[in-house]
Amino acid sequence: MSETNADAPAKALPDFDGLFRTPRPVGLPVHAQGLGKSFGAKRVLRRLDFTIPAGQFVAIVGRSGCGKSTLLRLVAGLDRPDAGRLDFGPLPGKPPVRVMFQEPRLLPWARVLENVEIGLGDAPKGRAQKDEARRNAQAALASVGLADRAQDWPSILSGGQKQRVALARALLSKPRLLAFDEPLGALDALTRIEMQHLLEEVWQQEKFTALLVTHDVAEALTLADRILMIEDGMIALDLPIDLPRPRRRGSVDLAVLEERILNRLIRDETRLPEYTI
Amino acid sequence: MPEAIEAEPMRQAPSTFVEATDAPPSVPRRLSGSVHLLGWILPAVLLIVWQAFSAFGLISSAVLPSPGAVASAAWRLTRSGELLTNVEVSFLRAMAGLIVGGGIGLALGLANGLSDLSEKLTDTTLQMARNIPHLALIPLVILWFGIEEGAKLFLVALGVFFPIYLNTLHGIRNVDPQLIEMAKSYGMTTGNLFRRIILPGALPSILVGLRYALGIMWLTLIVAETIAAQSGIGYMAMQAREFMQVDVVVVSILIYALLGKLADSTARFLEKLCLQWHPAFQK
Repeated sequence: MSETNADAPAKALPDFDGLFRTPRPVGLPVHAQGLGKSFGAKRVLRRLDFTIPAGQFVAIVGRSGCGKSTLLRLVAGLDRPDAGRLDFGPLPGKPPVRVMFQEPRLLPWARVLENVEIGLGDAPKGRAQKDEARRNAQAALASVGLADRAQDWPSILSGGQKQRVALARALLSKPRLLAFDEPLGALDALTRIEMQHLLEEVWQQEKFTALLVTHDVAEALTLADRILMIEDGMIALDLPIDLPRPRRRGSVDLAVLEERILNRLIRDETRLPEYTI
Repeated sequence: MPEAIEAEPMRQAPSTFVEATDAPPSVPRRLSGSVHLLGWILPAVLLIVWQAFSAFGLISSAVLPSPGAVASAAWRLTRSGELLTNVEVSFLRAMAGLIVGGGIGLALGLANGLSDLSEKLTDTTLQMARNIPHLALIPLVILWFGIEEGAKLFLVALGVFFPIYLNTLHGIRNVDPQLIEMAKSYGMTTGNLFRRIILPGALPSILVGLRYALGIMWLTLIVAETIAAQSGIGYMAMQAREFMQVDVVVVSILIYALLGKLADSTARFLEKLCLQWHPAFQK
C-alpha cells in the first residue's frame, strides 16, 4: 500500500523502465491561465488558474451550476474559452484529450465491439489495420470485463455495462488525458463502487491524467490525488489528498476530509442566502 | 459447509428459471404463425358471404359479379397476356416515379438536413409547393406532357417526393447531437461522421417516409392511369367500364390491393433488415 503511495508523486516523471519496452503514452499536463467562459451575460468561469501535473488524478467538486462541467468541456476542447488560455505542454497537433460523458453515448445501431472501435475516430483503412483495430477493441473490451458481450446490441446492456463500453471506447483511443463528466452519476450504489475500482485500476495501468467532475465528495476522495472545489466560477479550495491507495471506504481519514469539504460547501450556502443553485 | 447450504437453493433456482425461459419461445412462434393466418380469416369470410349473396341472386351481376366470375375474368386476362402486360407497365411506372421522386427527395432532404444554407435557399419554396395537392396539377400536367409516360412519371415522382424529403430532413435533424459530439471528440471526420452516425441515425425516419411514399405512389398512379393512359391497370379498368365488364373492373381493383400489400410488405422487410438494432424490431 505504501508502495503505491510512493509511486504517486513520481507519476510526473517519464517511465524509464517502460521506455525501452512498450512506448506507452504518458499523461498530459494541463496549465490554465486566467481561464474564463460566459454564456450570454452569465459569467460561469472567471479567471481560473491552475496547473495539473502529468498523470495526476484530479477531482473537481462544487455545487450544481458552479461551472465544473463547463471547465471540463473547455479542457476537453468541446467548447472554447472566452478568456485566458489552456496549455497542454509541447504537442504536435490536437491534444489527445478524451471524455467519458454522464450518458454512455453508445451508437444504438452498432454492436458493442463496433461501438468500442469508434474510439479510433475514423475507421482504419486496409485489411491488416482493420484486423488490428478489431483485436485492440476486443482487448479494450476485455479490460473492462465485457469480452463476451462484443456482439450484443447496446440496448440490452445494463447502465453500468454501457458505461464500461464507453470506458473501453475511451481506452482504445489511448488517451493522455481522460475527462470524466459524472460518468457514474446515473448508476446504482453497488455498480458505482465497482466502476470506481475499475476507473482507479485503468488509471493506474494507463497512467493518463484524469479529470473527474463529480457531485459526490466521497467519490472524489476515493479516487483523486487532489480535489479542486469550484465556487462562483473560481477555485475555492485546492486540496491534495495524500492517502494510500486503494482507499478504504469509511476510513476515518476519508470521513474527516469529507466532513471538511462538505462543511465548506454547506457553509457557503447558508452565508449567502441570495445564492441560487 | 455453509457454502453447500447456500448452494442448494442456488442450484434449484436456475432449473426453474430454465423451465420458465424454455416455454416462451415456442409459444410466441406458434402465436405469430396463427396471427399470420388470423389476418386472412376476415377476407375469406367476406369472400364466402359475397359468393353466397351472388349465388342467391341478392347482388345483381351488373353491380358486382360473383368471386367466381371475377376469378374467371382474371384467368381469361392472364391467359391472353393482357393482365401481365398491364401489371408490368403499371409496376414499371410506379418504380420509375419512386426512384426519380424518392431520389430527389432523399438528396434534398440530406442536403437541407446537413447544410443551413441549402435549407434557407430551398425550404420555403418546398413548404409552399408541399401544400398544393399534387393531383390538382393533372390538368396542367396533361397540357405539358399530354398523356404520355412523362405525365405519369411526373405525378408519381411529385407525390413520393414530399414524404421522403420531409422524413429525411426530420430524421437528420433529430440525430442525437450528443452522439455527434461524442464522435467528433474522438476525431471522426465528416465523411465517417455521415456514414456511421448521421445516416444510421436518420434511417428509421427515412424508412417511415418510404412507407408513406409507397402508399402515395399507388394512389397517384391509379388516378393518373384512370384519367389519361393507353396502358396499365387503370387503363384496363377504364376500358372495361366502357364495355360494362364489371368483372374486369373488380379484377383491376384487386390487383391494386395486392400491389399495395406487396409494397407494404417490402417496406416492412426493409425496416426489419435495416433496423435490427432497434428494440422494436428485436424478437
